[in-house]
Amino acid sequence: MKKEELPQDKSALEKFTREVCYVKGEDGKYVTGLSTGWEAKAAALDNQWEEIDRRVEEAKQKVLNGEASPILYFFELKLMDLPVLAGYTGFSKWSVKRHMKPHVFKKLSDKKLQVYADTFEVSLEDLKNFNV
Amino acid sequence: MENFKHIQTAHCENGVTVNLLQQQGMDWMNEPLAFGMGSGLFYIHIPFLKVNGGPAISFRSMPGSIFKRTCKVLNVDVNRKKFSSKEAAQTYLDEKLDQGLSVGCQVGVFHLMYFPKEYRFHFNAHNLIVYGKEEDNYLISDPVMETTTTLTAPELEKVRFAKGALAPKGHIYYAEKAGIITEEMIRKGIVKGIKHNVRDMLHIPARAAGVRGINHTASKVRKWRDQVGERQAGLFLGQIVRMQEEIGTGGGGFRFLYAAFLEQAAERLGNDKLIRISEEFTKSGDLWRDSALQMAGIYKGRITAQKDFDHAADIMNEIAALEKQAFQDLSKLKLR
Repeated sequence: MKKEELPQDKSALEKFTREVCYVKGEDGKYVTGLSTGWEAKAAALDNQWEEIDRRVEEAKQKVLNGEASPILYFFELKLMDLPVLAGYTGFSKWSVKRHMKPHVFKKLSDKKLQVYADTFEVSLEDLKNFNV
Repeated sequence: MENFKHIQTAHCENGVTVNLLQQQGMDWMNEPLAFGMGSGLFYIHIPFLKVNGGPAISFRSMPGSIFKRTCKVLNVDVNRKKFSSKEAAQTYLDEKLDQGLSVGCQVGVFHLMYFPKEYRFHFNAHNLIVYGKEEDNYLISDPVMETTTTLTAPELEKVRFAKGALAPKGHIYYAEKAGIITEEMIRKGIVKGIKHNVRDMLHIPARAAGVRGINHTASKVRKWRDQVGERQAGLFLGQIVRMQEEIGTGGGGFRFLYAAFLEQAAERLGNDKLIRISEEFTKSGDLWRDSALQMAGIYKGRITAQKDFDHAADIMNEIAALEKQAFQDLSKLKLR
């Protein structure tokens, strides 16, 4: 890639930083250039976020339909996977999975729920009553 | 630290390596050299690991290995520590800063507040430098950022103790005082880096790693449309492009960075053949960009036929052949 070909497209990096890329300068030797972004990968990131929004919405419906506990919703909202949530709460992956079931969730102590609330950065009430 | 110099690089670990080694007097160190001596170039389609149900691919070697290998080939000792206690981690950091050292820290990016929200996933192998403390703020030099920044103590603690895969556990590291590094040692380091990279790309006996891994992914790309449908397959392709081109790669899945390294190697070793091979990696980087454009056409919904997936896979096969030849050429050179 030549320096003048380095894309300067709009991206989520705007106002935060530009990224260093390695490009060929006029004399054919490598130099660094700063890029604001590239449309091809910005589209990939946009798609990823649309997919996340879709999954969050799906989780929300499941909670409202009584098929899953609010933990599933916040888990998706915070982009987590099981090792991440297990890591932050200190519960086992197996327990975390169980806590996503509505009938198990209902019986959880406030102490345990508080751990989840802190992890998701929401209040205990909002977690319990699914105020979203 | 009064004389701290912020260095912006394409990749975070390269940046930390360059900065920590320059701190020990190696002012000749730069990003392509750190990347090449640390044999950073790689390809692996990670088996049994799925990201959002899709492929997990890496275009570079294991996190931490660039710093480790670069120091090793230069005979520089590395000091590193992980912690189970957050307090102990902060005390240790403060001690090092008091001694006038700046240190590398492994962090998670999900809570890294100076990153744009769109980039904050639970990715735990990011690296930054802490170079001082002013009242309650830590002074941060993040190599992918244009300028330095700061984090409060609780903010820094949060990212140093991020959880999930590759959890940093407060991981802190720096290079010990180095002896005199001669030109001869630099040349040897370059040769070792190249040889290690040849081995990684050609001789790992697994179909998912090295140049064979590229063909392995290509064959999957051909099947995804049938297996999971257009929409999902498009998301998988988007994942590849992000791992390949996102901030931190220098473009073209680190291939341009490697080409820049070989260009410097040619000069330091006085070997013009390396220039020609450097050109091959530039071609490879350009082909990776072409492949990204083709894939973008698919996930933007512009071209979604099977032949469009096949075309993307064809480019990947071409890249695999090109890189195989380039690494074979590298292995045949009598470098010294």
